[in-house]
Amino acid sequence: MDRLKRFLGLFWLLLGPATILVLVTGAIKTISAGGTADINKPLPWIIIIGIFTPIAIGLMIFGWYAWKGAYDGEIKT
Amino acid sequence: MAQPSEKGIWKIITASSVGTLIEWYDFYIFGSLSTILAAKFFPSENPTAALLSTLATFAAGFIVRPFGALVFGRLGDIIGRKYTFLLTLILMGGSTFLIGLVPSYAAIGSLAPILVLLLRLLQGLALGGEYGGAATYVAEHSTAERRGFFTSWIQTTATLGLFVSLAVILSIRRLVGVEEFTNGDGWRYPFLLSIVLVIISIFIRLKMQESPLFAKLKVEGKTSKNPLKESFGHKENFKMVLLALFGATMGQGVIWYTSQFYAQSFLLTKCNVEYEQANTILLIALAIATPFFIFFGWLSDKMGRRNIMLAGMLLGVLLYRPIFNEIYQTSDPELKTKARMMNNTGSLIYYTDGTQLKTTTSYNSPTPVIKKEMILGEGSKWKIIGLIFIMVLFVTMVYGPIAAFLVEMFPTRIRYTSMSLPYHIGNGVFGGLVPFIATLITTIPGTDHLSGLWYPIGVAVLCFIIGLMYLSNKIDRDVSD
Repeated sequence: MDRLKRFLGLFWLLLGPATILVLVTGAIKTISAGGTADINKPLPWIIIIGIFTPIAIGLMIFGWYAWKGAYDGEIKT
Repeated sequence: MAQPSEKGIWKIITASSVGTLIEWYDFYIFGSLSTILAAKFFPSENPTAALLSTLATFAAGFIVRPFGALVFGRLGDIIGRKYTFLLTLILMGGSTFLIGLVPSYAAIGSLAPILVLLLRLLQGLALGGEYGGAATYVAEHSTAERRGFFTSWIQTTATLGLFVSLAVILSIRRLVGVEEFTNGDGWRYPFLLSIVLVIISIFIRLKMQESPLFAKLKVEGKTSKNPLKESFGHKENFKMVLLALFGATMGQGVIWYTSQFYAQSFLLTKCNVEYEQANTILLIALAIATPFFIFFGWLSDKMGRRNIMLAGMLLGVLLYRPIFNEIYQTSDPELKTKARMMNNTGSLIYYTDGTQLKTTTSYNSPTPVIKKEMILGEGSKWKIIGLIFIMVLFVTMVYGPIAAFLVEMFPTRIRYTSMSLPYHIGNGVFGGLVPFIATLITTIPGTDHLSGLWYPIGVAVLCFIIGLMYLSNKIDRDVSD
């Protein structure tokens, strides 16, 4: 189990930047498409990408910790 | 340390829950009245006002709530739980009351949207500080064996806050009439009413004592000097903050928002159900499902927190698409048999199951706007109530045990700070983004009315895997560390 936790850590590590990439691509596409809805305006995207970037970094750190074995063993909740 | 008596704990639960419920009520009425507020304060023809409107919608939930969690969490770990969540209550109540007093854009121009935006940001800030305080306060008074049960009363407040806000809005709307409510000053009353509720709650909370665990730390001089640094600067605690976020709260947030808020928006925008009926459907489903928060909180004391929360997530993942599809089909006029039509233009159609479909065309804009409004027959209405009830049941599973779960993850000296941030990122950011991202997905070519659900499903799957892999179902009973 601990080995699987560690290997999954690599996946979380890569998922962080992948999420940001998807958001930035989505923002460019929808803003350039024009329109009057919130999703066509730059401001919501700036806020969303701004707030999701630290979260994605958090996911990368989580992945790094998992890869390094910080979550090995049983974690009581 | 002496455990509080049963009598004592119920006073504590009541005092904490009433205040938290009022805060949720305050926060929700702004969202529920957003269309009216937009017309009064954020006219779309004025670019500045439109910009402020977007900021009010997005910033309050996404940025300010987690920021409030940090500000008030830190305060709660330094000066204590009691005074901190008293402060958040005053801040929330004061802001809500003042929103009800701000003159409209037509009266004072751009100052009106600026004032409303500032007050809305204060609301978000206060909400960010409230929940962690209330949950921590109740948990630190609870006996170890019944912590899930006692804290689950706090968990009912978010849903009850929505329930009360919808009930107050619908009641006032009926009392003063739709015209006065929408175009007159009727919409202000739900905001103004808040001050009465808040004053009552402040008096109740003033009589409360500080949490015994925190008071003990304070006497011993062991409180944290820098809770932010201890929470997020030390790996041993920070790894638990990340685990709480990615293994529990982000999944809980999307399940909550999808079952309640996206369901509400789906009924109004995709199914074209009439405003009052859509909200009544939600009200009834919430009322029937609310006791299950207590049930699952109680159950988590017996069989662990994690498995119940993950089961709620898994059920959402597996059943959201079939349930939303069933709601759509039930309200689809194409699948109903017409009984008769009023007007030759077909503007009012009656169906054999009692459903009415009203179609109006507005010529106020350059292109005619067709508006459909449906009042469902009794059979269809109760079927949809049942379907939404099932979805709210998923919320009770993920949300009922989570306060106890979060409290048990972190030490007393930095508990308020450590649990507030993952909670508000999970709910405010991941949950709050459900409507926006779901709408975004439906704009992609080839998608349908259910495609927006892939966002909450995807986040819940991710959270389920992380929770299953990295969290244990065993309860850490001792929270005095």
